[in-house]
Amino acid sequence: MNALLLIDFGSTYTKLTAVDMKKEEIIANTKSLTTVQSDIMIGFQNAYHQIKEKCKDIYFDEILACSSAAGGLKMVAVGLVPELTAEAAKRAALGAGSRVLGVYSHELTQREIKAMIQQTPDIILLAGGTDGGNKDCIIHNAKMIAKYIKNVPVVVSGNIKASDEIEEIFKENHIYYEITDNVMPKLNKLNVEPAREAIRQIFMKKIVEAKGMKSAESMINGILMPTPAAVLNAAKILADGTNTEEGIGDLIVIDIGGATTDIHSIAEGEPTKPGVMKIGLEEPYAKRTVEGDLGMRVSAESLCHSVSSKKIMKFVPNTKYNIEERCKYLTQNVNEIPNTLEEIEFDEALSMVATEVAMERHVGVIEDVYTPMGKIYSQVGKDLLDAKYVIGTGGVLVHSKNPSKILRAGLYNEENPRYLKPTDPKLLIDKDYILSSMGLMAEKYPDIAIRILKKNLSNV
Amino acid sequence: MKKKIVLGVIGADCHAVGNKVLDFALTEAGFEVVNIGVLSSQEDFINAAIETDASAIIVSSLYGHGEIDCRGLREKCEEAGLKDILLYAGGNLVVGKQDWEPVRKRFQEMGFDRVYPPGTPPEVDIEHLKEDLKI
Repeated sequence: MNALLLIDFGSTYTKLTAVDMKKEEIIANTKSLTTVQSDIMIGFQNAYHQIKEKCKDIYFDEILACSSAAGGLKMVAVGLVPELTAEAAKRAALGAGSRVLGVYSHELTQREIKAMIQQTPDIILLAGGTDGGNKDCIIHNAKMIAKYIKNVPVVVSGNIKASDEIEEIFKENHIYYEITDNVMPKLNKLNVEPAREAIRQIFMKKIVEAKGMKSAESMINGILMPTPAAVLNAAKILADGTNTEEGIGDLIVIDIGGATTDIHSIAEGEPTKPGVMKIGLEEPYAKRTVEGDLGMRVSAESLCHSVSSKKIMKFVPNTKYNIEERCKYLTQNVNEIPNTLEEIEFDEALSMVATEVAMERHVGVIEDVYTPMGKIYSQVGKDLLDAKYVIGTGGVLVHSKNPSKILRAGLYNEENPRYLKPTDPKLLIDKDYILSSMGLMAEKYPDIAIRILKKNLSNV
Repeated sequence: MKKKIVLGVIGADCHAVGNKVLDFALTEAGFEVVNIGVLSSQEDFINAAIETDASAIIVSSLYGHGEIDCRGLREKCEEAGLKDILLYAGGNLVVGKQDWEPVRKRFQEMGFDRVYPPGTPPEVDIEHLKEDLKI
């Protein structure tokens, strides 16, 4: 039997998914610990043997992979005004599936350059100025990067009128760079796609090799993108559909992990209520936010600090645990798997808090503005009240007996009506962990990917 | 290259019509208009001017609280590195029927280069822009 093999080199597990392309079905899923320290292929081979055992007569025509191993794709974003081009650059980097380690604005100083070097980014995204706008800042920053940081690839996505000068600076100093369209060509207009694509190209060309994963490339047909970008890709194709296959409409993906909670939304987010003024920077249609302080294990302690134990208590009123101590314990024991009823309850409470807070940070906010003409409303961010679907993924949701309870924590709440969270969406669960692999597959076979997604995401 | 003008309505003011008229007139006159629209704060004007490298900021206010909203804008511009930017203001800048001269004087003391009473046609400030920007 001929099949397609999809690999996700995750931070902890290397996950393999085999797809029968004729029947458009998932044949098997296997996983094994990621072995990036020694040779990434050892972990892959372990999982590969398992899959060969499960289906004996299988032959793979094509092997595609995504990766978040070795710390994932780490980036810093540089812009001019913090609320404008710096924010736009941050959003582009997040949309490309990276972890954003730092956001810098205005003219870079030596001190900031030092901090940037310590963060050891894989790629720098350099923005600043609208097209035809400010040039001085981005040129200064290009000079600083060329002078002090030589070995990090740079994606330049700022004022296009500055590109000649920047090209000269980078060529002279032998910097690996890619110049692409501005993340903010006009004021408050966001244009993140060209930067995302440039980041993905560099990820494929340079980063995979730098992370000791070159050995994987001899066997497989390329590591195409970082895993989070694959998840966003899957969400986008499922929402929009293709030329031949219908999409399911506006949706949100909630991904609760050990270290972060990611929210992806595919929606325009225009105001749904009359008389609301939209203000601020334009929102990306496919938007990803990452909450580095909200997670089930590595970030359990920071979750407790960020949201107060009182809020966690709200979801487990009768727990025997001291909330702070339990969170600290989980951070120190990242491989802890909950067994007893109390442990499971506590994990669920953490995931509900993570969902609630991560959604509050992702969605738009309505604010009252009192004017001499009476009260009016302003909206900053996306209005997701009418989003049709909320899809859950990540260990805690997939293994939970009660995933809808966790997802519901992220829905509209009358106690906090300012947050424009979905009011009555259908809830789906990615029970076989296929979102990232389908996002990957959608690069080449979008129609099949979307049909498999529709079949395999289950209602809860 | 076209000169860029940041245009907007300051404060909790959502009068959108005059803003559109000015946008149209200034664009017709050959300027590149960066219109940040209604409900704009001082910071919105300044951020827009920095990113777009604008030559002038035109502040409209129709609801009578313009004097409070505009206070400190020049100082903030200087703080943000916008040293020589032109600042114009116009509309119903103050509450009630006040003599225009003292109002103009107060706004000029606040650092505005040009101040316009209600009902000023756009041609007047276009003329002044050309004069001040030497075009």
